[in-house]
Amino acid sequence: MTQSLGENSATRTASPEGPTVVGGGVQTSSPAPRPRRGKRIDWRKTFEITVLSAPAIVVFLAFVIFPVFLAAYYGFFKWKGYGPPTEFVGLDNYLIIFRDSAFHEALLHNGYIVVLSLILQGPAAVALALLLNQKIRGRSIIRVLIFVPYVISEVIVGTGWSLMLQSAGAVNDLLEKIGLGFLAVDWLSDPKIALWSLMIIISWKYIGFAVILFLAGLQSIPEELSEAASIDGASYWQIQRTITLPLLGPTLRIWAFLSIIGSLQLFDLVYIIWGQYISATAGTSTMATYMVLNGRLAGNFGYGNAVAVVLFVISLVIALVYQRYVLRRDTEGALTEGKK
Amino acid sequence: MATLLETPTKSSQTLRRAPKVAWGSPMTYVIAFLFVGICIAPVLYIILGGFRTNAQITNSPSGLPSPWVIDNYVSVLVSDVFWRQVANSAVAGILTTAGVVALGLMVSFVLARYDFKLNGAMYSLFAAGLMFPMTVAITPLYILIRDLGLMNTVGGIVLPQIAFALPTTIIILVPFLRAIPKEIEEAASIDGAGRIGFFFRMVVPLSLPGVITVGILAFVASWNSYMLPLFILNDELSYTLPLGVQAFASQYSVDTARVLAFTSLSMIPALIFFSLFERRIVGGLTGAVKG
Repeated sequence: MTQSLGENSATRTASPEGPTVVGGGVQTSSPAPRPRRGKRIDWRKTFEITVLSAPAIVVFLAFVIFPVFLAAYYGFFKWKGYGPPTEFVGLDNYLIIFRDSAFHEALLHNGYIVVLSLILQGPAAVALALLLNQKIRGRSIIRVLIFVPYVISEVIVGTGWSLMLQSAGAVNDLLEKIGLGFLAVDWLSDPKIALWSLMIIISWKYIGFAVILFLAGLQSIPEELSEAASIDGASYWQIQRTITLPLLGPTLRIWAFLSIIGSLQLFDLVYIIWGQYISATAGTSTMATYMVLNGRLAGNFGYGNAVAVVLFVISLVIALVYQRYVLRRDTEGALTEGKK
Repeated sequence: MATLLETPTKSSQTLRRAPKVAWGSPMTYVIAFLFVGICIAPVLYIILGGFRTNAQITNSPSGLPSPWVIDNYVSVLVSDVFWRQVANSAVAGILTTAGVVALGLMVSFVLARYDFKLNGAMYSLFAAGLMFPMTVAITPLYILIRDLGLMNTVGGIVLPQIAFALPTTIIILVPFLRAIPKEIEEAASIDGAGRIGFFFRMVVPLSLPGVITVGILAFVASWNSYMLPLFILNDELSYTLPLGVQAFASQYSVDTARVLAFTSLSMIPALIFFSLFERRIVGGLTGAVKG
């Protein structure tokens, strides 16, 4: 990988117009020596493109794009999920969603989770990445270990943490043992605390990902910059504040984007720890658990699809606004042409 | 990418600062140690809990095993249920990985090395897929899978998993394929290989590092996948491990020790795969994030 990426950047720097030239070069290089066969090669090229890309496009359209349109269609019906939907109700489903206080609560919880994830994980992850970016012994083993929570499945995380956080569980027992028994609370069912417990679990599971991402971002900042600054007399903190953090900007903004989208879609952990019905009373319901509870489990598929559409639109609007105003510089190429 | 960027900085460092940086400050180690401890403690709780008895767990929920018992692990390892779920998860994971690699490599090859009018639009289409997480599509997806008659089948979870893994796969693979020098393709064409021959003889072997990255990512994602199987697999015989862990946890909710043993056994494959290829995956992720 080292080598191939190296070659990549070499090709990029060699050709003034960037990677598009590589693609263009492929096209011009084969017809050029054999101009007579231009027409035939074009047909063949079209055929190859079709055969090679059709399977991926078909699967992608069928299972990623099409369902979203399907949801938009079913959302206009009152439908129990069997046979073709017949009872057209217009925007009724949407009106119910917007008036349902359970949905408002779920939306509010999603809002808290979005904001708290950024506040709790961001600064801590940057600090840890700066710390681990120093040349310390055992850095590679540390990197593997902090990634463990991210790699194990949500079900394992949920099962383990809900056992640990039970009122007679390991966490309260441990607090008791180290003389902090007064801190022992009902972590999972007290509505005042449950959301914070969820935030602890989310932070634990996903902070390793943020740290690894930031570490990679830090390593792509040329060492020479901070060396030059330190020769000019800048202190460690001045260097971090004026050189490292601004250059880490793109990585930070991408991480925040992934974190926001993930927080809006949160389902697995809540559903596993609090189950189908308790999440609402414990104050940890999210839009996704609301969707599953009131859609599939209640058998109201029209309604469930309408919730899916609302969830999708909210995520999309936030994503587009974020891309437009925050990410614009960073992803301009990445999401359109696949170049920087 | 991590590996790539580390190498040059490291060498320049050793040249200039080697005598100064040997161990770093002890505070760094304390904080790093604490952080690693926090990351690992819950995992250790699960693994060690499996070596205890329920009586031990009730008396001292946060204690260590004393004495160590292996009965819980043994009882899980001899049960048909566990191995059936392992097999289901493995089949789903392998098929998903194979599908993602095959479809992803083919379409990435087109996107990276063919010049045609719709190239940019196609790339954008797949890249936009990053904004469609499965949560949003799950309700209609469930209806679609049911109408296709794929409920309780491995196909019902593999096809959507392939589809949802394609955007990341393409974003990781396209730069890899672009990086293959034009000269190699020209040489292959002089030797009489068509573009398809070039694909199989040169592209597939040369893009192996990228393929391993996307393959591991797809496999681990499939192994850990919860929401899709929850909707698609209702029959206990078709359960994958995550559903199995949850079913086991509610069925034996009083037998905490056995639940912990079951849980820790189910995370082993993902952990092994991951630690083997950690560098590669982290590099792939970073490359993808940066475009």
